[in-house]
Amino acid sequence: MFARLYGPRGWAILGICSFVAFVAFPLLHLALPASSAFHISTFWVTLVGKIMCYAIVALALDLVWGYAGILSLGHGLFFALGGYGMGMYLMRQIGREGQYQADLPDFMVFLDWKEFPWQWWNTDQFWWAALLAVAVPGLLALVFGYFAFRSRVKGVYFSIITQALTFAAMLLFFRNNTGFGGNNGFTDFKRILGFGITSPQTRMALFCITAFFLIATLLLARWVVTSKFGRVLTAIRDAEPRAMFCGYNTVHYKVAIFTLSAVLCGIAGALYVPQVGIINPSEMSPANSIEIAIWVAVGGRGSLAGAILGAGLVNGAKSLFTVAFPEYWLFALGAIFIVVTLFMPRGVLGVLQRK
Amino acid sequence: MKATDLPELGAASSVAEHGVVLYLDGISVSFDGFKALNSLSLAIDAGELRCVIGPNGAGKTTMMDVITGKTRPDEGRAVFGQSTDLTRLSEAEIAHAGIGRKFQKPTIFEPLTVFENLELAMKADKRVRATLRSRLSGEEGERIAATLALVGLRESSQRVAGLLSHGQKQWLEIGMLLMQEPKLLLLDEPVAGMSDHETERTAELLVSLAGTHSLVVVEHDMAFIESIARKVTVLHEGGVIAEGPMEQVKNDPRVVEVYLGR
Repeated sequence: MFARLYGPRGWAILGICSFVAFVAFPLLHLALPASSAFHISTFWVTLVGKIMCYAIVALALDLVWGYAGILSLGHGLFFALGGYGMGMYLMRQIGREGQYQADLPDFMVFLDWKEFPWQWWNTDQFWWAALLAVAVPGLLALVFGYFAFRSRVKGVYFSIITQALTFAAMLLFFRNNTGFGGNNGFTDFKRILGFGITSPQTRMALFCITAFFLIATLLLARWVVTSKFGRVLTAIRDAEPRAMFCGYNTVHYKVAIFTLSAVLCGIAGALYVPQVGIINPSEMSPANSIEIAIWVAVGGRGSLAGAILGAGLVNGAKSLFTVAFPEYWLFALGAIFIVVTLFMPRGVLGVLQRK
Repeated sequence: MKATDLPELGAASSVAEHGVVLYLDGISVSFDGFKALNSLSLAIDAGELRCVIGPNGAGKTTMMDVITGKTRPDEGRAVFGQSTDLTRLSEAEIAHAGIGRKFQKPTIFEPLTVFENLELAMKADKRVRATLRSRLSGEEGERIAATLALVGLRESSQRVAGLLSHGQKQWLEIGMLLMQEPKLLLLDEPVAGMSDHETERTAELLVSLAGTHSLVVVEHDMAFIESIARKVTVLHEGGVIAEGPMEQVKNDPRVVEVYLGR
């Protein structure tokens, strides 16, 4: 079982990464005074925590794109839905500490609503919000995927309708009537499970939980792609008619992996929102979903480590760029994508492995 | 139409008792007004090795598409075995019913190894949950090894299939069909791109399979057909124009006119 997932070198690297995430980071952040040269600042904790959420999304997209050949350009939607699920709970945790000191969140008071709309039922319960964060993206992917794959929508057509899907959802969430705060979304969170959301300890706990989910996602994905199921996905990617004539109902396989991928995105979104402190419909913008595909392409699709690497490299570069030359980031992103597509068809990891 | 259906049904079931494995009855398919198949009727006996020839556009590949569920006929019935109506089943269901198909261009899973290609094709529970947990049993490993030996790829078992020669890919695809344990094999130009030696070995293999399997071979290579054929069906413009032993078909004036004479 362990040998099937990774060789000794792979497990060693994973062990080192776990040590850094679960031991080194918390110690250097919490135990050292801010004046120490080795102290890790809140900025870094939040940045790395955020990138780990993106890495989960990249893994999720790599499963459907890299292995099953389905390029979804709507994965930002599943991520945002997970974020909104958790966001509803965080809004309920604000209690009466909002600007209007009311039982309802500020935006509802502003809209002169008297009670929570039905979507908010039970969202003061953490478990319910956590369930929503995975079940809503999962169900959406299940239903959407079933109809798309059953109708044999493939390739660029599938990419386009997933773009349309996330765009439509963004417009829906922009509306105040939808009940999720319109274009402002949710922010000003105070607490999660009763703990102050900006306290260093809570941040560090969220960081470690995210690291745990990232490693768990990696191992789960690795288990999936090394199983016979994973080989069937590759078979569908490269020769779908042959897979069908071998007796595989390819629709079921595609729906299964697409749904799993959406659920993983939902988890990532739910982890992301408490760390960055905001969720709004711009997360569903088509450009965000395209960016996810770029992470995977840069890292090397069809290799799970590549997806994580790509998410780290592109977002690391983004953080540097948006500090130094904010207006040129999109040009840089475009240039990265063109260079990778032309010269590194197997991504950065492919280049590293060739040596 | 309805009235003539009934006696034909009776006829179909009576031939089924005589061991007909596939019965196509009045199949018509048209694409944008072009009749690819025009009331095609054909019966394949159990254990038979049948060759189907015909000029380009005669409807050979469309016929395969109808049998394997890729194309739905506008009219007619396709009955497999005793009573399986192929026109109502999906590609995967038809594969499970016992029909294997080899494509014109070798279609294999290129990034996977030869072994893995055969493993995926092997007759097994092919639902999602089963493949997530599946582990290769010793007996299954032996079956794969036996097929590897049969198609002459034992030494290449761990090679990536995309690196095989064209002829080897054709053999691998035939091996994949055999792993499905089909009753009926449809082979679309199985020796295209093969060397003379490979062609000869393929002929031997197909002849050895006949009897335990039923085979339908579509080919252009006349020498190959003469080396394996017992009964030949000639298609032209979507219908059968001649059927019988190679010698007889070769001398049929209509066949000479549309096909061999050119």
